[in-house]
Amino acid sequence: MENERLSLPNYNIPEDLKDVVAITTLDRLYNWGRRSSLWPLTFGLACCAIEMIAAQMARYDMSRFGMEVMRPTPRQADMILISGTVTKKMLPVIIRLYNQMPEPKYVVAMGACASGGGPFKEGYNVVAGIDKFLPVDVYIPGCPPTPQALIAGLIKLQEKIDKDSLKKVRWYNKEKKDGNYVPMPILGPDLIDVRRNAEIRDIAAAKTTQESA
Amino acid sequence: MATPTLTQTVDLVARFPGKVTADERPGYSGFIVTKESLIEVATAVRDEFGFDLLSSLTGVDYLAENKMEVVYNAYKTTGGAGLEFKVQVERVDPIEVPSLTGIWRGAEYQEREVWDLYGIKFTDHPDMRRILMWEGFEGHPLRKDWKEAFYEEEIKPYKSRWPEGKHTFAEDRNPFHDNLNLPKDFDPEKYVVDKEEDLYASLERHTMKDEEGKMKTDSVVVNLGPHHPSTHGVLRVAVTLNGETVMGLKPVMGYLHRNHEKIGERNTFTQIIPYTDRLDYFNSMSNNFGYVTAVEKLMKIQVAERAEYIRVIMAELSRIQNHLIFVGMLINDLGSMFTPAFYVFEERELILDIFEAVSGSRMMCNYYRFGGVVRDVSDEMLQKIKDLVFERLPAKTDEVERLLNENELLVGRLKGTHVLSAEDAINFSVTGPVLRASGVPYDLRRADPYSIYDRFDFDVAVRHNGDMMDNYLIRFDEIRQSLRILEQALKQIPQGPINSQKPNYQIKVPAGEAYGRIESPKGELGFYIVSNGKGNPYRYHVRAPSFVNLTAIEKMCIGTKIQDFVALLAMLDIVMGELDR
Ligand code: SF4
Repeated sequence: MENERLSLPNYNIPEDLKDVVAITTLDRLYNWGRRSSLWPLTFGLACCAIEMIAAQMARYDMSRFGMEVMRPTPRQADMILISGTVTKKMLPVIIRLYNQMPEPKYVVAMGACASGGGPFKEGYNVVAGIDKFLPVDVYIPGCPPTPQALIAGLIKLQEKIDKDSLKKVRWYNKEKKDGNYVPMPILGPDLIDVRRNAEIRDIAAAKTTQESA
Repeated sequence: MATPTLTQTVDLVARFPGKVTADERPGYSGFIVTKESLIEVATAVRDEFGFDLLSSLTGVDYLAENKMEVVYNAYKTTGGAGLEFKVQVERVDPIEVPSLTGIWRGAEYQEREVWDLYGIKFTDHPDMRRILMWEGFEGHPLRKDWKEAFYEEEIKPYKSRWPEGKHTFAEDRNPFHDNLNLPKDFDPEKYVVDKEEDLYASLERHTMKDEEGKMKTDSVVVNLGPHHPSTHGVLRVAVTLNGETVMGLKPVMGYLHRNHEKIGERNTFTQIIPYTDRLDYFNSMSNNFGYVTAVEKLMKIQVAERAEYIRVIMAELSRIQNHLIFVGMLINDLGSMFTPAFYVFEERELILDIFEAVSGSRMMCNYYRFGGVVRDVSDEMLQKIKDLVFERLPAKTDEVERLLNENELLVGRLKGTHVLSAEDAINFSVTGPVLRASGVPYDLRRADPYSIYDRFDFDVAVRHNGDMMDNYLIRFDEIRQSLRILEQALKQIPQGPINSQKPNYQIKVPAGEAYGRIESPKGELGFYIVSNGKGNPYRYHVRAPSFVNLTAIEKMCIGTKIQDFVALLAMLDIVMGELDR
């Protein structure tokens, strides 16, 4: 247990007890536990996923930061790394995975594609950024981000977790049960975000016919 | 320079008078076959003229002439020039062309792709469904009159970026404020979502039936992927299982379909190079190589001498790194989590360091240019490559082999499983190491030499059983041959300019067509390009080895155990960026 991180600096603990006793807040203890064992979902989409694998290998070794335990099932994962281009055909699968993850859960958008469509944004089968559907905690720029950049981004996520407070976090909020549930989009003539159904119907009705090529 | 690929060696016109005509459009070659006699001519091409490998099949939409064309490129596995023939049909729906799956099974997925993207129906095809997009998607995206939701202009550079430079967000231009294109009066609440009944019906049709008199058992349908740790990305496979035995199997792809070809046809020729990096993202150097080879063929330019050597060096380093990862990933999938992968990734990092030093990026190198390469390799870097090639890599390859090859579990899992015979491999258009492991010594570096491969002394790695073990071992053989080529190239590399052309952002390519192909680490990587003389390709098609090799998967799996299937995916060495494009 890293004492200096856990203990609050304003308590004067005698020198000989420093390794045995820590005085801290519940928030700090809670955040320290979570930030030090972030388990990512084994989930790769495209080229960025290869750099994600490289980051786990000996040279970069993500496990130094407590995030190497990749879980193949979403039910055991704490965070989903969107590592690559999100396509319309794949999106419902990603949303389903996300909905299956238990709280607390985090989303990291790795690379240009996941953050905003990247080089393929204009494509007809590409979703311009996962943040159109999921709440993203950290964006990592790059195409692909180097393993160093990925690790830097994940450390950013740890810093974000450090600032959480038990009182405020959404998963203990009683009113907003399942507040993070994302309804499944459907694959129709194009990808349809069901949260926008009414709006889409109105715009489609207002379309002039020659536009609807 | 090596001999051009498309020299015609047979005269189809004389053999089929009235049914075949020579393609006489300027810059084009090959033959135009009438739709009615396509089957007859194709059968003769295979059986009489000996073009046993259907390499590529794709469509072109000639909107102005109101024609749709299907282009076939066939080759001989004994090597030599290819034969290109085409069918032209009127551009009035329904567009129909007879399917060639009865002659070359390798046409199956490629024809489905043409149906998906061009809306050309292939009659008598065993399984005519969409392949990359989902059923219910509106339109056939590669048609020239089909426009994507974020459409801005026909071709780049867009006026909003250059020269005027007033950029607006694509979302603001679209009426739905999203990448969305829906027909007028569309009502999402009334829409009935496709339940994939077609997929399961086709799976049902292709499932082996219980034998008469045997005990009746129930089979279950299982979907593997698209999120599955061993599918190497986002491939999905629907399987019918009887106990642990695979009775039927259908891959479902398109989960990483990034519209490479549509975007490519809007891009300028130079702009495509970085996009090709993202095809097979393990081997951006080889992808660049294939693409520039095809365009250079159209432009008819020479490549600077030093650049030829640099190209070969980079491509072979890329092959070594690809095969090393293959070994790591295969064994990962067999259950030895990570340990072998740690060994091979260590070497890969060293090769990536070289790529980063010469091109500026570890993975997306964007390094080749028409006529040469973009930057020179310093002497210091050449020394580093020499150290790797002469000292470290041979020893490390031996080490990995010593560690693994005689492992009882490994041999037990690999030996004798998933045998692919040479005839089947050729008929399914399988190329690359998988084809060579089943006993066909077909390597484009020898069979149809491009660049300067005819100057090097190396053997085509070949093994004869066609099972998983041979597929595994042949990767090491190929690493050794690549090292041999590298040794020679590093000794011979001359000084001199690295590009025969002036640096140029906007090149003009003479009108015509070209099919250029190289031996990528995964198989034959082909680019079919049609230019109409402007700065952008009119048609840009990628013949991806991962995609075509996957055609054989049904054949290889049915009747085997499901747990071996996981290893088979690793063995085919697919990569989704290239498979779905
Ligand atoms: S950001 Fe670049 S490297 Fe990452 S998935 Fe997109 S194209 Fe590939």
